[in-house]
Amino acid sequence: MVAMSTKKKRVIVGMSGGVDSSVCAHILKEQGYDVVGVTMKIWQNDDMANDGGCCGLSAVNDARRVADSLSIPFYVLDFREEFKKTVIDYFIREYFKGRTPNPCIACNRHVKWEAFLEKSLGLEADFIATGHYAKIERLENGRFAIKGSFENKKDQSYALYNLTQFQLEKTLMPLGNYSKEEIRDIAKSIGLDVANKPDSQEICFIPDNDYGNFLKNNSDYEALTGDFVDINGNKIGTHNGIIYYTVGQRKGLGAFGKPMFVKNINPTKNEVMLGSDSDVFENSLICDDINMMAIGEIVGEIDVLAKTRYSQKLAKAKIKKDGERIICNFLEPQRAITPGQSAVFYDEIGNILCGGTIT
Amino acid sequence: MNKIYFDNAATTRIREEVLREMVTNLADVYGNPSSVYKTGREARALLDKARVQVANILRADASEIFFTGSGTEADNWAIRGIAKSYKDKGNHIITSNIEHHAVLHTCEYLEKNGYEVTYLPVNSDGIVEIEDLKKAIRPETILITIMFANNEIGTIQPITEIGKVAKENGIIFHTDAVQAVGADEIDVNAMNIDLLALSAHKLHGPKGVGALYVRKGVKLEPFIHGGKQEAGKRAGTENVAGIAALGHAVELLQNEMQEKNEKVLNLRNMIIDELLEKIPYSRLNGSREHRLPGNINISFEFIEGESMLLLLDMKGIAASSGSACTSGSLDPSHVLLALGLSHEIAHGSLRISIGMYNTEEEAKILITELEAIVKRLREMSPLWNDFINKQ
Repeated sequence: MVAMSTKKKRVIVGMSGGVDSSVCAHILKEQGYDVVGVTMKIWQNDDMANDGGCCGLSAVNDARRVADSLSIPFYVLDFREEFKKTVIDYFIREYFKGRTPNPCIACNRHVKWEAFLEKSLGLEADFIATGHYAKIERLENGRFAIKGSFENKKDQSYALYNLTQFQLEKTLMPLGNYSKEEIRDIAKSIGLDVANKPDSQEICFIPDNDYGNFLKNNSDYEALTGDFVDINGNKIGTHNGIIYYTVGQRKGLGAFGKPMFVKNINPTKNEVMLGSDSDVFENSLICDDINMMAIGEIVGEIDVLAKTRYSQKLAKAKIKKDGERIICNFLEPQRAITPGQSAVFYDEIGNILCGGTIT
Repeated sequence: MNKIYFDNAATTRIREEVLREMVTNLADVYGNPSSVYKTGREARALLDKARVQVANILRADASEIFFTGSGTEADNWAIRGIAKSYKDKGNHIITSNIEHHAVLHTCEYLEKNGYEVTYLPVNSDGIVEIEDLKKAIRPETILITIMFANNEIGTIQPITEIGKVAKENGIIFHTDAVQAVGADEIDVNAMNIDLLALSAHKLHGPKGVGALYVRKGVKLEPFIHGGKQEAGKRAGTENVAGIAALGHAVELLQNEMQEKNEKVLNLRNMIIDELLEKIPYSRLNGSREHRLPGNINISFEFIEGESMLLLLDMKGIAASSGSACTSGSLDPSHVLLALGLSHEIAHGSLRISIGMYNTEEEAKILITELEAIVKRLREMSPLWNDFINKQ
């Protein structure tokens, strides 16, 4: 027998049955890796299994078919408990604290890059891989960083700022070098019948997008009605419960004779403060629960490009450390800076420097 | 890459000679057994022969054997059929909490339709206590359905005693013997079994064929309405080649049962002894004494069965963490929980089921690989590290 000195590196690919992760598995196989496909089982009940978008039962069937056509082993692994604890429970808790959570960031951090990575390493994987549109680069200072693409509309770097150095070292994201169109073309050229599938929706565990209803049905908390107040604290109306509002929101507030927007939410007083459009602009933010990526620490004040929501444009800002927190001052006022969302700071070429949760 | 198959409780490799005959029958004996002409009569003869072969291994009469599409179908038919046919007598059914889902889910279905079901517990060895059975009997009890041998932990139930109790109380007794046929002696008369389900693919026959034994005199509603096949109780043109293959496989197995079981038992004992000796904090689940010769169900503390299975698969070794029918769901096995095992330990369980094609060499590879896998997974397990640090 020939000695297996050139043993292939094993990569476990998180497969959703969609175009991106399917092509990701294909590319890695072409590159000579020992590719294993895994679908993470995160759905909590049958409703979710059937229409849970990227992670439902039909996703498993699609992923299995793709894995078969690529001739790679395929497994379904159970992450229901982790998903419930670190994503769904967190999502509910945050709303009742008057904050607006980002469940995708929580899922990436705790389910994909803690539970899934750990399990994969147990299965003798050298790397895990995902179909994210982002690049992982090793920088001159020796650190790993996610590099976002400013031009790519599909850039998903924002939701990945929380990855640690160890996690980045163990991760491959081969799609970072391609556009969505190129990926669809590859899918077609290798005959994947997922090539025309629509992109997955926003929040996989709320398929009907009715957050209020989901929060009501999935928690013991009670949504209590309370006061709408103006920016001076005067009562101007009654709200249905703080969970139904997010900073910057205009719709569903009622009639006030002029356009009104949610400026902030005070869970202690059970109050929702409303103001005019210009009242919801802020010059600065503070974030905590910091993850450092391209740089190990912030020395003095540094120039950054900041993103405060997935869909938001980059804004010029300066950041500095304040104990365990980061203070970010924008060059121009920013609209609807929302507690619970994340602030991610890039350098001018797109490397993520660091990020944290907006307080 | 290895190609080692240790999941014979999930299904078995079809025998070479059974397969060859089956293919020949499919090609040549294509007549409909209900037709009067020669090729139809030939097909009918195959069914008749298979009926005798299956009856023989159960010590039953050929007229008491009805072919079905699977063991699960046979269980469904038996339980739903008796429930309906004896509705006037009562609405209470007794079963155990370690049954296969073919039985459990059928019972749950009946519960939603006006029947009452008692799920007997098992002792820590995985055996139903006769006293519990006696206590559960009511005037309106119409059926006792308790499996012959369990599919996950291989424990063999006291069928003769159960049959005796059923007979004394005038209650019909059905047993799911899918795992037991060919692995243990069965005599439906001596054991007072009224209905019995079996499946071809568990005994080196093809998939898609099962049979239900129904004692003469027991009333059983038809299961599928249509033509006159299977005495008009299970209509639909018969799976002739498959049924003939079931009969063939059963006959071959019957002739060499003792020899096969001895070989399988020796491998089983070797694997159990070595694993328990080499891997600390491991335990055998279910009685060792009252157990199918080919079944091992073993728990390794501090690790998950799922990772263990996948690593074995990557080494070319097929085993299972529970029954094949539930491993898709990843919930801890209801059988292991019924033994009183904690969720954690139930999760760290592995079923190794040995068949007649397994060799000592394969057993040795399994032991070596498994020892390394458990070691690796424990090294990565926070539970294990906490435990070791406390020692």
